[in-house]
Order: sequence, then C-alpha cells, then structure tokens
Amino acid sequence: MAMHVLDRKLLRDLKRMWAQVLAIALVLACGVMILVLAIGVQRSLQDTLDAYYERNRFAEVFSGAKRAPESLLGEIRALPGVRVAETRIVGQVVLDVPGLSEPAAGRVISLPEIDVPALNLPLVVTGRPPAQDSVDEVMVTRAFADANGFVAGDRFSANLNGRKRELTITGTALSPEYIYVLGPGAMLPDNRRFGVLWMPRRALAAAFDLQGAFNDVSLALTREGRAEEVIPALDRILAPYGGAGAYGRAEQASHIFIEGELTQLRALAQILPPIFFVISAFLVNMVLARIVTLERGVIGLLKALGYSDLAVAGHFLKFASLVAAIGIVIGWAVGSWLAQGMARLYTEFFEFPYLVFDPRGDSYAISAAAGLVAAGLGAVQGVRRAVRMPPAVAMVPPAPPTFKRGLSDRLATWARFSQPSMMVLRGITRWPGRATFSVLAISAAVAMLMSASFFPDSLDEIIDTSFFRQNRQDAMLILTRDQTENVVEDVRHLPGVIAAEPMQYLPVVLRHGHLSRRIAIEARDPDATLSRVTDASGQPVAPAGGGIILSDRLAERLAVKPGDKVQVEVLTGRRDTLTVPVTDIATVYFGLGAYMDRGALARLLRSPPQASVVNIAMDRQRADALYAAAKETPGLAGTVLLFQTRASFRETISRNVLNTTVVYILIAVLITVGVTYNGARIQLSERARELASLRILGFSRAEVSYILMGELMLLSILAQPVGWLLGWAFAYAQVKSFSSDLYSLPFVMNPATYAKASLVVLAASAASALIVRRRIDSLDLVAVMKTRE
Amino acid sequence: MSELIFRSEGLTKVYRTGDVSVYALRGVDLRLHAGELTVLLGPSGSGKSTLLNILGGLDRASEGQAWFRDAELTAMTDRELTVYRRDHVGFVFQFYNLVASLTARENVELVTEIAKDPMPAAEALAMVGLDKRLDHFPAQLSGGEQQRVAIARAIAKRPEVLLCDEPTGALDSKTGVQVLEALERINTELGTTTIVITHNAGIQAMAHRVVFFADGRISEVRENDSRAQPSDITW
Ligand SMILES: Nc1ncnc2c1ncn2[C@@H]1O[C@H](COP(=O)(O)OP(=O)(O)O)[C@@H](O)[C@H]1O
Ligand SMILES: [Mg+2]
Repeated sequence: MAMHVLDRKLLRDLKRMWAQVLAIALVLACGVMILVLAIGVQRSLQDTLDAYYERNRFAEVFSGAKRAPESLLGEIRALPGVRVAETRIVGQVVLDVPGLSEPAAGRVISLPEIDVPALNLPLVVTGRPPAQDSVDEVMVTRAFADANGFVAGDRFSANLNGRKRELTITGTALSPEYIYVLGPGAMLPDNRRFGVLWMPRRALAAAFDLQGAFNDVSLALTREGRAEEVIPALDRILAPYGGAGAYGRAEQASHIFIEGELTQLRALAQILPPIFFVISAFLVNMVLARIVTLERGVIGLLKALGYSDLAVAGHFLKFASLVAAIGIVIGWAVGSWLAQGMARLYTEFFEFPYLVFDPRGDSYAISAAAGLVAAGLGAVQGVRRAVRMPPAVAMVPPAPPTFKRGLSDRLATWARFSQPSMMVLRGITRWPGRATFSVLAISAAVAMLMSASFFPDSLDEIIDTSFFRQNRQDAMLILTRDQTENVVEDVRHLPGVIAAEPMQYLPVVLRHGHLSRRIAIEARDPDATLSRVTDASGQPVAPAGGGIILSDRLAERLAVKPGDKVQVEVLTGRRDTLTVPVTDIATVYFGLGAYMDRGALARLLRSPPQASVVNIAMDRQRADALYAAAKETPGLAGTVLLFQTRASFRETISRNVLNTTVVYILIAVLITVGVTYNGARIQLSERARELASLRILGFSRAEVSYILMGELMLLSILAQPVGWLLGWAFAYAQVKSFSSDLYSLPFVMNPATYAKASLVVLAASAASALIVRRRIDSLDLVAVMKTRE
Repeated sequence: MSELIFRSEGLTKVYRTGDVSVYALRGVDLRLHAGELTVLLGPSGSGKSTLLNILGGLDRASEGQAWFRDAELTAMTDRELTVYRRDHVGFVFQFYNLVASLTARENVELVTEIAKDPMPAAEALAMVGLDKRLDHFPAQLSGGEQQRVAIARAIAKRPEVLLCDEPTGALDSKTGVQVLEALERINTELGTTTIVITHNAGIQAMAHRVVFFADGRISEVRENDSRAQPSDITW
C-alpha cells in the first residue's frame, strides 16, 4: 500500500528540518544510551553474578579460626538456619615465581578429600584439580596464571608455613569468592604478585599442622536462615578456638566490590537519563509550538477537508514520535556499543567465567518507552493547540503576539538601551517560560561538564593524600603471622632497606551504642613516618596514648566524634573487650580505617608489641638484591610494591578519566547545541519578517544578527551561574553516592572547573548561533516580505 | 425550478473579542439552488466569508438556522460537521492553502484519500488544465496554477457544493480568468453547485444568481438571464 500523503509530508518536513530534528534526537539519544548502558550492564552483571553464585555455590556466612577441631562441624551444621557447612584449611604462603624478582603472596585453600567442595566450588578453566593424594600439585587462579604466563605443567616454589616446596600447576580455575581479587594490604588487584591456590586438604593439613582440625568455615543458609542470627551463633562456637569473627556476604571482600559497582550502575540509570528526557521534551515542545503556528493554514485546511481531530493530532504526534525514534535508534546503537565496552572493562577488573553484555529486551524497551513518553509529553501542548484550532480561525493569519510594557521595558528605557537591545529584552520577556527552560537546559550542560572535570581533580586529591601524605612507603612486607620485634630488625638489615617500620593489623569489632563495624585496627609506632594518617587539613595525626583515631567515614558510620568512647572487641587471642577514647578523625579515602599506637595497644592487651606488616623505604637501585633476600627470609608472606600501585592507579584512572571526560563534553555540547540551535532557528523563523524589515529600514547585518544572537547569548550567559550552582550540587551528589565502605571521593571544586565548563558551553552556543546567523546574511528581503505568515 | 440546496433563516453571527461585539451577520435569509453558480458580491467586511464558513461547516452561527438540503447545519455537532465537510463540501481559498511540502498531485490526494468516491487526482488536475504539472511543488507553480491545484483538490471528491472565497483575489486578470474558466467548466460539466465570493463586480456576469451583501445582510438577489463567458470578464 502506498504511503499516506500526510506521512509523505511528514517525512519531507523532517528532512527539511533535519538539523533541528537531529539536534533534538541526539539529546534524547543520550538518555536512551545511558539507560541501555546502565540497565543493560547492570542486569547482565546481576544475572551473571546470580547464576555464578548459584552454580558454584557461593557461601553466605564465612569465618576464620586459629585451630578448631573437625568435630565442631556437627554442631555448626545443627545451628538453626544452616543448610550446608564446610570446613577448610586456608593459609598464607610466599611464592617464588620464575621471572618475578620480588616475592609474591598466595592464599592457599584446601580441597576436600572426597568429592568436590560443597561450597565455593572453583570453576576449573584449564587442566584439572590436583590429585587427592598429591603433596606438590596445585591449581591456581586463571588471572594469576595469565599474569605470570603459567600453563599447566609449569612449576613455581612456595613457602608453606616455613617449608619450601616446588609445586606443579595442574590447572587454572575461577572462584565465586574471588571475582574481585585483592591481596593482603593491596589497594588494587595485582595478579602477578597475588594468587589464590588450591591444594588437597591432606597436604595442607600436614603443612599447617591442622590434622583433624580446620581454620576456616563457610556456611550456606536455609530459605528461612538469616545471616544476622547465624553469625553470633557461629562466633560462640568458634570463640574458644580463635574464631576471627564470622561475617556475611555483605562483608565479603569480593562481593562488596561488585555490589558497589551494581549500586553505581543503578544510580547512573536514575540520575542522568531524566535530565536528558526533560530537555528533549522541552525541545520537542518548543519546535512543535513553532510548527503548529507556521502550519495554521495546513491545520485549517485539513479540518476544512474533513480530517478528524484525531487525524490532525496523529500527524503532529507522529512528528514527535519520529524524532524520538531517531533518537532511540541512535541511543540503542551507541548504548549497546558502550555496554559491550563496559562489559569488556569489567572482565578486566573482575574475574567472571563469562560476562557478555547480553542485549536484553527490557533495557531497550524501557529506554524506548522513556524516549517516546518524553517526546509525547513535549508534543502534548502543540497537539492540543492544533486540535483546538477551529477550522475557520485557522484560515486567517495569526495576530501578532501582544507585547506589554513591563518593568523590564521601563528599566531598559531608563537605562537608555538601544532599540536592538530592547528587542532582545522583549524577546525574552515575551516567552518567559521558554527563556527559563532554555537557561535551565543550558545550565544542565554546564553542570555536566563540571562533574566531568571535578572527577579528575578529586582523584588527584585522592592520589595526593593516599599516596604522598599517608602511604608513603615504597613497599609493604607482609608477614605470615603476627610477630614480635625481631622481624623488624631482620628486615632493617636486608640489602637496600633504608627504613623499616612495623605495623599491626588487629581484627576487631568496633561498637558505639547499637552501631558496630568489623574492621582491622592499624597500629603503628608514634614516630612512624612512612605510613601515617592525616586529618582534614592534610596534617599528620598520631593516636595519643591508649586513644584511637577513626577515619571520617567510620566515625560517620558509628556516629562518633572526638572525645566519645568506643568499644573494641578484639577478635583474636584472648578476645578482650577494651573501651578506648576517640582522639581524632582522619581523612581517609580507601576503606574504613581505625588507628592506634602499637605500644599502647600491646599494653592494653597485656602482650608484647606485634607486627603484621613491615613498611619499608628502599633503595630502588638495589631492589633485586632486596627481593632475593626477602625470599629467603622466613616469616615473610609477600610484598606489596606501593610505587607500582601508585603507577597503576594513575594509569587506570587516567585512561578512564579521559574516556569519561570525552563522553561528558560530547553530551554537554549536544545539549547546548540542541537548545541554542533550535532556539536560534525558531527565532529566525519568528522574526524573519521583523528582521527583514529592519534590514530594509537600513539596519546593518551586524545589528540584525545582534538582535537574533543577542537573546541566545544572553540566555547562555544567564545559564552560567545557574549551571555553576547545579554543577556544584551534581558533584556533591556524586560524592555522596560514590561514598561506600570501600572508598570515598573528596569534594574538590577548583575555579578552573567552573571556567572550563563555561568556556565549552559558551563556545558551543556561540557556534550554533553563528551557524544560524549565516542564514541572516542570505535572507532574501523581498521574498520574506512577500510570504504570508 | 430546481431544488433548494442551502437555506437559512435569521442567520446571525456575533464575534466577541473582549468587550467589543462585532456583528458579522445580522439575520440572513438565503435560498440557493442546486446546480447553480452563485456569486456573493459585497464590500470587504460585509460578512461574506462568515456566511460561507457557516454554510461550509467551518464555523457556527450565533443565532438563526441554516440547512443543507434537509440537514440542519446549525444543529450539528463538531463531529457531524467534520463528516459533512468531508462528504459534501469542496473549499477554495483566497490564498490557495496548498501544502508546500506536497506536490500538486499529492495536494489533491489529501482529499482523494479520505473521500468516498473520488476521481483520480490526475483526472481532477486535468480538468483544471494542469495535467502536465502533476509532480510540481507549489513553489514551482505560478499563483494561477496554484489556485487551479486548489480547485482540483476541491472537486476531486466530486462534492455537491464548491465554496470559493475570493478565488481570484490574489491573482491578476489574466490568470484569474483561467481560474474562473475552471470553475465554470466544473459547474457545467459536473453540475456542482458553486458559490463564489468576490468583491469584484465584474465576476457577477458569469453567475446564474448574484447575491448582494452589505453590512451583514443580503441587500439584493438578482438572477442573470444571460451569462457571460469568463473570458469576457476583465478587471
Ligand atoms: N474571527 C473573527 N473575530 C472577530 N471578528 C471577525 C472575525 N472574523 C470576521 N470578523 C469580522 O466580521 C466582519 C465580517 O467579516 P468577513 O465575513 O470576513 O467579511 P468579508 O468576507 O465580507 O470581507 C468583519 O467586520 C470582520 O472584522
Ligand atoms: Mg472575506
């Protein structure tokens, strides 16, 4: 069937107005794109996670212990709410990896003697698990193998509880427990220097002297089982055996990172798209209002010919829907492409067995519906006006808009504004709604740009504070277990070590009132300079006497201020409970830290001072000698090279920041052009006769362009302060939504941020006004005067 | 005597804008016959367009009654008026009112698509002598050609009545005559009742019946015994 004539008209109109249509469609496309991206990736990630957890039986409650008899298992299984319980042996090992001069760290996990694990089942990727009765076979994480170029059959040596052993890799695997893999003390994943290993239970029991015992237990719960009830019960059972405090998935390191990512995606889907949809609705409204005015004759004609109101409404609704459709298709295409990229990015940071962006119908359906609704809402006013036009009245030319002398006119007269300036001013006061919305939309573009440049500034502040004021050590040497002083002396004498400072990690539960958090206290010596914490002003702060310093977010979570007292429930040793005063609050961007004086802590615990880690400053020239010696030093479990963390943090960030900045600039330019280009075209159309008359009266091109561009530039300038305010609020909201137990962003607003955003937006609006200005130059004066409105 | 096609009694139209009331029609009693070509003649502002709009179902009277055959136009709902316009009336306007983004043929198809028993668009255009300009856009046609497209569009649905509001108002004498010839031909060949509004006294010579209008009232109705050819008319 041939296309309806009206539809042919529609397509031709769209083609004629392609630039305006595209400008609107692109703004709408941004909203659609972000929805497809955020919803699509979020669902893909969530579904992958759910399936992976389910299939590989990711546990729900976890606990470590020092040495618990296997006979406890029955008691644990009998706890109400527990469906499955499984014990394991988990140990820290030092690895000597061929091709890697510094020692690497490993976490070795036992595989049950019979059958496969009931919980936290590793997913074998290549090769096979070690044989049951082997003592030197090992399966390693895929990331660790890949980073070090290992294949099945390769060998490396490991120091298991003081005994050095050559291990043969039998295969590689993934684990739902280690989707995000952080080694001890590390801030970023480092797959070369940290890996998870699986060995048969018997071999590990022998190596760690844990025959008939376990030091790690995982639980899965029944449908009715609740982690909050099971955790204290498990703690009570394990307490006499050095239970390290049970925790649920909410505190499982890998899980919370992924949850954090999902939260970010959800926030992304909720905050940005509405802005784009509102702006596109406004643009559709503005353009359609003009079209309906220009097409009065056509509307009247259609009604005179006997077209129903529905047909007339449908015609203009179709126009809006087609604009939306173009935006939707572009948004879908770009969104899917970005989503694939994002899924790829995730496979870089997360160890999933598979993560493909699975283009799910619903993210497309939701985004398309949102786009159509936005365009539809934008069209309502224009369509209603078209429907309401009585057929006869639509035949006569529209009366000129009524101007009233208002306050602004009197002000302008008083200020002796030139006639063109008066026209600019009246243009704004004539359509105050349109002017207001233009200002708001342009200010949204400013705000978007501000968040784009706020982000790198904030990250710079993180790097400065975390790596140059607080964690200034070149490396951390991780000890296999807490040790007394002599180990520090040993380290100090290693070649290339310039300074060495001990630090203790003490797992505790901090309580204040009904609020509590399970964390590790970092205890340092008062004169420590390599690793320390700083306060909000950047000045180092040290815990005084028996006091404790809390990181700002931990203080917030526990509702604590300096001078308050917190209860410290120690999760190791005699499991003492101490009450200590909070002496200061530190500004910390990674984790929820708490800091005490190592000596004071030892006195409170009535034991000699302990060290879990030795922070060192080193002569990098002699690094190889240092690493070689470290590998031979008993008691060292691995190294974290902070100079490398700094470099890779910067590298990762600068790559992502560049991408985000480009996307944000693009989006802001699209909004600005969408608003100003359409605004200029509509003004030109509304004022063509007026402007042509002025030209005939002898006004110069420059004066006439000033009238046309003056209004838009004035609105763009008015939008700047509004945008600054909005951008400030945006950035603040970002800081708030980003802040989690894992990390936080500092709120940094440099003057340059305001300036850069304004510059880009003003340039974009000037450019679109200039494009339209060129049409003034080619204004056919005679033709314009002859055309009937 | 042929049958009546339009009839009105006491037709009154008052426009109220703010506090001012403008009396466009002050009680019009009218009788028009099927198949005739009627010319409505009168000075500008005398209410001709208002009357035509009411007869064509584009506007509503303030008081009085008007009938199309047996159907009372003044009692119709908006929806009924829409159907009435679609099924019975063809309009020709002073400023052609062509859709700029549609070709001559497509402008006519705007009507043939929704009409019950339309003639092919090309045939309608041939009747007004535009069979060579089917695929031209309005901007590519002269004023007279544009008005003839409008006439083709109005007659394509074979309407019973053709209402023309100043069809030659924007045209010079030579092109205006071509338009009048087209109207004359349609009236004769298709038997379409035709009402032509004009303030140009010369045109009355081609009418069967001339209705003189002044100040919202019919001042005189005259029947022509002999009609002039459009080509004899000049202005
Ligand atoms: N929509 C309207 N609102 C107010 N007054 C109108 C409107 N349409 C016509 N009029 C007035 O009604 C009178 C008759 O107008 P019209 O029928 O157009 O006259 P004609 O077609 O004979 O020139 C005029 O005074 C005109 O100003
Ligand atoms: Mg008139």
